[in-house]
Amino acid sequence: MLVSIKWLKDYVNTQDLPADELGEKITRAGIEVDAVIDRSEGLSNIVVGYVESCEKHPQADKLSICQVNVGDETDQIICGAPNIAAGQKVIVARPGARLPGGMKIKKAKLRGEVSNGMICSLQELGIEGKLVPKAYAEGIYVLPEEAEIGSDVITNFDLDDTVLELGLTPNRADAMSMLGVAYEVGAILEEEVKLPEISYPEAEQTAESMLTLQVDAPEANPLYAAKVVRNIKVKESPMWLQQRLMAAGVRPHNNVVDVTNYILMEYGQPLHAFDYDALGTGNITVRLAKKNEKITTLDDTERTLSPHQLVITNGEVPVALAGVMGGADSEVSDSTTTVVIESAYFASSSIRETSKNHGLRSDASSRYEKGVDPNRVIPAAERAAQLLSELADGEVLAGSVIFDELDKEEKIVTVSPDFINSRLGMKIPFEEMLDILKRLQFNTEAANGQLVISVPTRRQDIQIEEDVVEEIARLYGYDEIPATLPETEAAPGGLTPYQAKRRIVRNYMEGAGLLQATTYSLTSEKSATQFALTETDVTKLLMPMSEERSVLRQSLLPHLVESVSYNTARRMDSVALYEVGSVFLKTDDELLNEEEHLALAMTGLWLDNSWQGEKKPVDFFVAKGIVEGLAEKLGVQLEFERGEMNDLHPGRTAFIMMDGRRVGVMGQLHPSEQKQRDLKTTIVMELNLAALLSVETEALVYTPVPRYPSISRDIALVLSKIVEAGTIETVIRNAGGKLLKDVRVFDLYEGDKLEEGKKSVAFSLTYFDPEKTLTDEEVTAVHEKVLSALTEVGAELRS
Amino acid sequence: MEEQLQALKTEALEKIEAAKDVKELNNVRVAYLGKKGPITDLLKGMGKLPAEERPKMGALVNVVREEVTTNLEERMAVLEEQAINEKLQREIIDITLPGRPVKTGNSHPLTRVVEEIEDLFISMGYEIAEGPEVEKDYYNFEALNLPKGHPARDMQDSFYITEDILLRTHTSPVQARTMEAKGGEPIKIICPGKVYRRDNDDATHSHQFTQIEGLVIGENIRMSDLKGTLSVFAKKLFGEEREIRLRPSFFPFTEPSVEMDISCFKCGGSGCNVCKKTGWIEILGAGMVHPNVLEMAGYDSDRLSGFAFGMGPERIAMLKYGVEDIRHFYTNDIRFLSQFNRTEV
Ligand SMILES: [Zn+2]
Repeated sequence: MLVSIKWLKDYVNTQDLPADELGEKITRAGIEVDAVIDRSEGLSNIVVGYVESCEKHPQADKLSICQVNVGDETDQIICGAPNIAAGQKVIVARPGARLPGGMKIKKAKLRGEVSNGMICSLQELGIEGKLVPKAYAEGIYVLPEEAEIGSDVITNFDLDDTVLELGLTPNRADAMSMLGVAYEVGAILEEEVKLPEISYPEAEQTAESMLTLQVDAPEANPLYAAKVVRNIKVKESPMWLQQRLMAAGVRPHNNVVDVTNYILMEYGQPLHAFDYDALGTGNITVRLAKKNEKITTLDDTERTLSPHQLVITNGEVPVALAGVMGGADSEVSDSTTTVVIESAYFASSSIRETSKNHGLRSDASSRYEKGVDPNRVIPAAERAAQLLSELADGEVLAGSVIFDELDKEEKIVTVSPDFINSRLGMKIPFEEMLDILKRLQFNTEAANGQLVISVPTRRQDIQIEEDVVEEIARLYGYDEIPATLPETEAAPGGLTPYQAKRRIVRNYMEGAGLLQATTYSLTSEKSATQFALTETDVTKLLMPMSEERSVLRQSLLPHLVESVSYNTARRMDSVALYEVGSVFLKTDDELLNEEEHLALAMTGLWLDNSWQGEKKPVDFFVAKGIVEGLAEKLGVQLEFERGEMNDLHPGRTAFIMMDGRRVGVMGQLHPSEQKQRDLKTTIVMELNLAALLSVETEALVYTPVPRYPSISRDIALVLSKIVEAGTIETVIRNAGGKLLKDVRVFDLYEGDKLEEGKKSVAFSLTYFDPEKTLTDEEVTAVHEKVLSALTEVGAELRS
Repeated sequence: MEEQLQALKTEALEKIEAAKDVKELNNVRVAYLGKKGPITDLLKGMGKLPAEERPKMGALVNVVREEVTTNLEERMAVLEEQAINEKLQREIIDITLPGRPVKTGNSHPLTRVVEEIEDLFISMGYEIAEGPEVEKDYYNFEALNLPKGHPARDMQDSFYITEDILLRTHTSPVQARTMEAKGGEPIKIICPGKVYRRDNDDATHSHQFTQIEGLVIGENIRMSDLKGTLSVFAKKLFGEEREIRLRPSFFPFTEPSVEMDISCFKCGGSGCNVCKKTGWIEILGAGMVHPNVLEMAGYDSDRLSGFAFGMGPERIAMLKYGVEDIRHFYTNDIRFLSQFNRTEV
């Protein structure tokens, strides 16, 4: 809502406060002023000029040489506008004048001809192009004949004005009108509100004699009022009206349309003007549309209607989409002589539906959607009659044609002062409350210590006691509220075990050298199931904004890998990211199974200490080490099983198992996937974090520090390449029994000193007895068992 | 024999003096003082001397031996020190070369902000509540006093999956669920999480972002309690000198509703580009829980009251760290992420 302060002063005394100060007061009381716009900013020395003559420039087709009377002299000005002509009154920026954007007008020569200034368009005065009347959109603006030559354009045409741009919340529909804003400002400044005085001459003939009305849908349209005005002259509106509309962000058209828009801004009541003759039937019938009925609206679009949409008809065919947009056939044109002015109350649900179905939103529909004031419908129609009489020389027929079943009663809200004070934590005196309600112009009675408030119908947001609490508090001043803390039981706060462990996981991942990433949950249909641990049907949005963000992810990895690519494409070759986030799996239930996962993606060098010759590229085992460390941290047992998954390297993929259940996957991206994403070796991992974190870990009890030494024996084994170290380790552990405390791989050799198809793996075995110092013989006895078990599975000792 | 002894001594002392390192000196020691050395030989040869000369000669040999030994030890000390110095000289390193890097990662800046807020409220006795990101229309809207067709639903255009299921547009449904679960008992919670709205991604909008909300319900919870709580929050997060101010606003789930501004932490209130010359920065929305919301969750709104507040960690991070584009939080450029590594206090 754009509020011209000059216009506002018609209704309320603004105490000549500077605009900034007024804006600040309005903001602090509850309606945010988003901007304070000085309409004359950067303008000076701009006067009314009279074009005495206008001739083509001899050197330039598109330029005219004009002799312009600017009051104290007649100056030659070169003008490039196509619509310039002798006899016009125009806006002249004289030498020394300033225009918005810091432009300064100087005496100049254009193709050899002197120009003493510039003839201006409205755009050049800083008015947005879309607000300039169509006739002047492509050229200079022509002032009305009565404009006084040499007079100051800025002051004479109301450009010395400031506009407040209000950011309205949906509850304050009352402030979508100048009168509503006047009531608000009046309450803040403790000033009275002056309503427009309405009086006009009426013809003897009655409106009812020319127009009949029938309302077939009283629920959607409980009040319909029409005025008939004849013998009107459709023409340009006077300057003051055009300026007010432009200040309010509305483009002027002609006096009839401008009057309806003016009253929309003034009262917040949408009006519509029909060409009476174009209606053709002398009848208006409001009803629900018939199936497949059609109407061409003012925007020249043919629209097909459906049965729940409310339409205005001429008794035969639709002539307007009620409250949303008029029809093209009954539009007021230059040749219109008689108009029907409609002022109606349409139910907000009906308008919302129609407006949504046709994707049409107008100043009118948005006001109806939020609810208009039932008590302003008829005054607005009267106001229109008055202005058409004054500005279009119209003859207003006596009375109105009215259908009225609308409840216009004021709502009563009763509230106790104690309630107000206890909600606020304040001690506002009763008298003070009464005074605030008076400033708001809410009729209030004090009965049995209670406030009995009649809420004006313009304030439909005031329904319950709490609404009154807010009204009192905001006008009393939020700064007056003291700062206290809740007097609740002192219970300790904290994280749940799950939340605490999730933080531990994150700290661990970061300690391990990974950066935490955050990616989007919405993805493309193609990526939705890539790398999914558990694949389900995809979950699609009903109305996605793009294909890229149309489906919920089932794995964190596609976007995480994309983030890795993003970095490598910018020459950051070493990237290690992790993410904690939910994946979304379809279930039989209405809601999805949202599983919290942990993912990792890394590429490039893991360790880079070049000058000491240490360079360790990222590989499978770097990531595996991180997972193993995590399992240790969480006290869970994870196992790795060779596996296969689309887009992962078939020989370098493992499933991560917990209690025989698959809880994760890790591996290297498939070379073709790497190529497609323009990546070098990239390792990824994803774990069902929720599964890991929901394992209850045992209480931590210390094991005594060993009192006896342990003994190590190393063995190097020659194995077939297809035999996995893990299998051999299991054989060793099983054979080693209780005394074998630890088994560790310390070397792997696959070179040409071995037979084809063989590899050598060296293990270090640690024997230990917590009760005593082991003797060599005791160790040898067990170690022999291990060696024979190894021989049985075909592992040879390497000599 | 005495002459012989003196000559030997002179010779030994010369050799000691000439020894260039510990090894050479040890050779001298062995050569002159060792078991097979000339001094030992002389002592052994004493038996041939007349008995009366023996004590005198013996004393003389000992004196020579002492002298040679002392000289040798002194020389040894010098050479040892010299050897150590040479070793130290050889072992000089260029301490300006870089250290072996310790690889550390760090949290995402949004996590950093969220955790800081969580920890502050935990210290004031709050618990952390979480809930699903894909939510029922009922919890996302209806239970929060936003019935179907409510004009305020336009404020948050949403991603629907079916007519009744959508991606939550705020974390408030977690409040509704918690209230329902608590069955009328007092509540003190903080709800962080991801939320989604139908916005085109640009410098200030993101279709996915995070929110953190708080809810307190109890007997006689007042608006002054809200103001006091938010004041503690503002000072903790943005500095002890911060002032707060409340402005009336509108949210369907609170009444009265407010927006909270803090005094600008950059200019202190005199006006700058961060606060757009106003001296104040808008941080969050809040209010007293609407009685309809309490009643829908089974709370007696005559007996209990509450307050709620909500804010955007993105906005807070953007203000706190001077980040100009919200998309930085979701592109995961490591040159951005790795800046949030160090401590701030
Ligand atoms: Zn500032």
